[in-house]
Amino acid sequence: MTSTHGTTKTAGPEVGPTPPEQTAATGQNGDGPQIQAVRRRVRDLLPAEVVVTDHARLRTYECDGLANYRVTPALVVLADSVDQVATVIRICAEERVPFVARGSGTGLSGGALPRADGVLIVMSRMRAIREVAPEDQRAVVEPGVVNLDVTKAAAPHGYYYAPDPSSQQICSIGGNLAENSGGAHCLKYGFTANHVTGAEFVAPDGSVVQLGGRAPDAPGYDLLGTVIGSEGTLGIATAVTVRLTRKPEDVVTVLAGFESTDDAGAATSAIIGAGVVPAAIEMMDALAIEAAEAAVHCSYPDGAGAVLVVELDGPTDEVRQEFDEVERHCREHGAFAFRVAKDDVERALIWRGRKSAFAAVGRISPDYIVQDGVIPRTALPKVLRAIAELSSSSGVRVANVFHAGDGNLHPLVLFDDSRAGQGEAAEEVSGKILDLCIEAGGSITGEHGVGVDKSAYMPRMFTDDDLDTMQMVRCAFDPDNIANPGKIFPTPRLCGEVPGRHRGEHPLAKSGVAEIF
Amino acid sequence: MAVDAGTTAVTSLAAACDDVREATDADAVDAVQPGFVVRPGSTEETTGVLRVAAERGLAVVARGAGTKLTWGTPPERVGLMLDLTRMAAVLDHAAGDLVAVAQAGCPIAHLQQTLAASGQRLAIDETLPGSTLGGGIATNSSGPRRMLNGTFRDLMIGTTVVRADGVIAKSGGRVVKNVAGYDLGKLMTGSFGTLGVVTDAVFRLHPLPAASGVLSADIRDSGILAAMVRAIVHSDVVPTAVEVDWSAAGGRIAVLLEGTEAGVAGRTAAARELLARAGPAEVDVDVLEQLPRWWGRYPDGVLLKLSCALSGVERVLREAAALGVAVRGSAGVGVLYGGIPVDADVTGAVTALRATCTASGGSLVVLDAPAAVKSTVDVWGPVSALELMRAVKRQFDPHRLLAPGRFVGGI
Repeated sequence: MTSTHGTTKTAGPEVGPTPPEQTAATGQNGDGPQIQAVRRRVRDLLPAEVVVTDHARLRTYECDGLANYRVTPALVVLADSVDQVATVIRICAEERVPFVARGSGTGLSGGALPRADGVLIVMSRMRAIREVAPEDQRAVVEPGVVNLDVTKAAAPHGYYYAPDPSSQQICSIGGNLAENSGGAHCLKYGFTANHVTGAEFVAPDGSVVQLGGRAPDAPGYDLLGTVIGSEGTLGIATAVTVRLTRKPEDVVTVLAGFESTDDAGAATSAIIGAGVVPAAIEMMDALAIEAAEAAVHCSYPDGAGAVLVVELDGPTDEVRQEFDEVERHCREHGAFAFRVAKDDVERALIWRGRKSAFAAVGRISPDYIVQDGVIPRTALPKVLRAIAELSSSSGVRVANVFHAGDGNLHPLVLFDDSRAGQGEAAEEVSGKILDLCIEAGGSITGEHGVGVDKSAYMPRMFTDDDLDTMQMVRCAFDPDNIANPGKIFPTPRLCGEVPGRHRGEHPLAKSGVAEIF
Repeated sequence: MAVDAGTTAVTSLAAACDDVREATDADAVDAVQPGFVVRPGSTEETTGVLRVAAERGLAVVARGAGTKLTWGTPPERVGLMLDLTRMAAVLDHAAGDLVAVAQAGCPIAHLQQTLAASGQRLAIDETLPGSTLGGGIATNSSGPRRMLNGTFRDLMIGTTVVRADGVIAKSGGRVVKNVAGYDLGKLMTGSFGTLGVVTDAVFRLHPLPAASGVLSADIRDSGILAAMVRAIVHSDVVPTAVEVDWSAAGGRIAVLLEGTEAGVAGRTAAARELLARAGPAEVDVDVLEQLPRWWGRYPDGVLLKLSCALSGVERVLREAAALGVAVRGSAGVGVLYGGIPVDADVTGAVTALRATCTASGGSLVVLDAPAAVKSTVDVWGPVSALELMRAVKRQFDPHRLLAPGRFVGGI
């Protein structure tokens, strides 16, 4: 069984049959004089065990969680320390060779897709939790530390790390920082950007700087806030100071079954409209429920056209009040089943259905695309109906799983790649869903990132001036465009003359890929 | 660039925006007198004005209500005062989406009034009466409620910026969850108008709480004060704010709880118990009917912003008091505001307190002081990653036209 994520047809480095190794976004020559020089110099300066040059081993890093883009990197460095990261980046800068950072490789937009002509810097060996300081509500961790391990380290002190992407058992803090990861509970608690206060950071010239700190509001530009979510295109964080959040006194998890997604959506709006901010409100439609049942037997209500998972947390006195509101609004909007988790086991069962949903659709379809789009919450019924119409008119099945509270949709577009034309049809539907999101005033990505997968969609959401302005930041950090080039932006911006540095024509200008602004 | 000051500048400015006048003494920023004051009525007019300024090499300082105009180092020069008070509208309030869009010149209080009609708010305090959204964004100013809800940096989800060259750039959007592209809003927040002019912004909103509870205790000993702060911060009562008011004469703590009627009643009782247990028996913990008068107000004198790790709060309070610096602020997050009497040894106090804050992972910035005082102290203090900040400035404003000299490192 294969799983396809992403939208290969409509987005990515280059549309069409060209293998990614041969496109501008991922580099072409894996054995040019520059990369050879980098290989030689890195071997000279770094211990042999952290440098990977063997082709078979290099190939194991050819993709991240978005497996339909594959590029074998020219060189892999398994960094052990900030010094090693800085050394490699400095060499890359001097030789003008691109580098890409990779954490656990769970990203779903190809943000850690290697460059054929570049170095992949793997951060997963830097996994020390340097400090847990509950008295300061902070922890200092290395970027390879797994998200859930921060929470585990903080738990004995009554604290946890709030951002909880569904891959939290394997994804790394460095990757979270690069992608500004959210999770089911970001409705109430916010994203990585709201929970990181400082970072040790290696800029694309190899210099090591401190961004932010342990205290809030460091003076100067908020470079930290700018770096978070920049998908590795501004440099690499080598240590991260995170904010720890007090564990809530009480957690209540509810499963409500509805006849239709319209009813479940109306209940969601009513709950939010009543002034309740739950920790999470998740929705699944009938097809997603069917898949989850087949995979994990989560015992969701029979015959439900949609289920809502609502989680409330906070002081017991508040949660009790909010629970009454949630129950009332669910029942008023036609919930025919309303189940409350009695203990952690039942809570886990409710969440298991939701969290397994992506993998579970593999039970009902040989291939699928995970989409990630955002709409204003009030547009939910309209957009869901439009997706249903799109599905019936195209004959492509779409299972809907999403963070209903903040309008972050994860439609799963199902297809069978062994049957001619189905893959293309699925990709077309997937792309049209993004168009629906943009038309509704939303976003092309709520948490998976742009990466290589959606760079072609950026001009639908932003003007050339918007993108040009964003790339001014890029030019400040990375004038030679060597930090994860080819990601986010469909057209690189050349940064003009860097004082004191003059070279020949930029290769991107020469090949006609980029224009000089 | 040669500037043909006088009529021709006025003529070109008037072509871009008909609300132009020559500046008066009252328009000076730290005694630096602008040539003209322009009041654009839209983002498009702002574009036209900034294009003229760029052509003529006129430095531009943006102004809202002018409540924080003397914050930061004095600008080197001001050709043009860009007054944004005509752009004061709430452009949209999508109550069902908990999102609002407003222009930069919109007073924070006006936005709150509009939102309150639908039972919502922007969870950001008005720190100075009359202050506007644009001024709040430019300075990333924050009040007590930041503890639970964050600052402008956390609640602004989309921005429209006019660059120094007049180009309009948007980032973010109208949905809270959005990771498409760089977050230029974060870069603009706290940039003191040195990277671009924010003309409108989109905010994430919160429901107005149904009920609130306020607790306060008067205390003589900084150790007890700090113990009370810790008792609340490391508890389950989820305070909206934990504020202190402290000087050599002693001071007080106040705790704000917000939520549902029944919830707040229970949490207030629990918090009162925690405060009482953290201090000696003779300290009374009072339930107040409303927020105390000092709540969220900056202290008088040379205004400092002090930040530190939570565990450093006690030391900062103690040393400030010993130096004659009155302190108020958000002890629950480690952001405090100090006031030094203008006739005191400002340099000495700044140097000593800065060392304390820095040792505790924070910083000290002289926010506001008479220009004469600012010229004698290091206003911004040491700033890390300054070279990257300069590089950002060079990209956005290569000719140093936006509030030149007002920000860190002479930016």
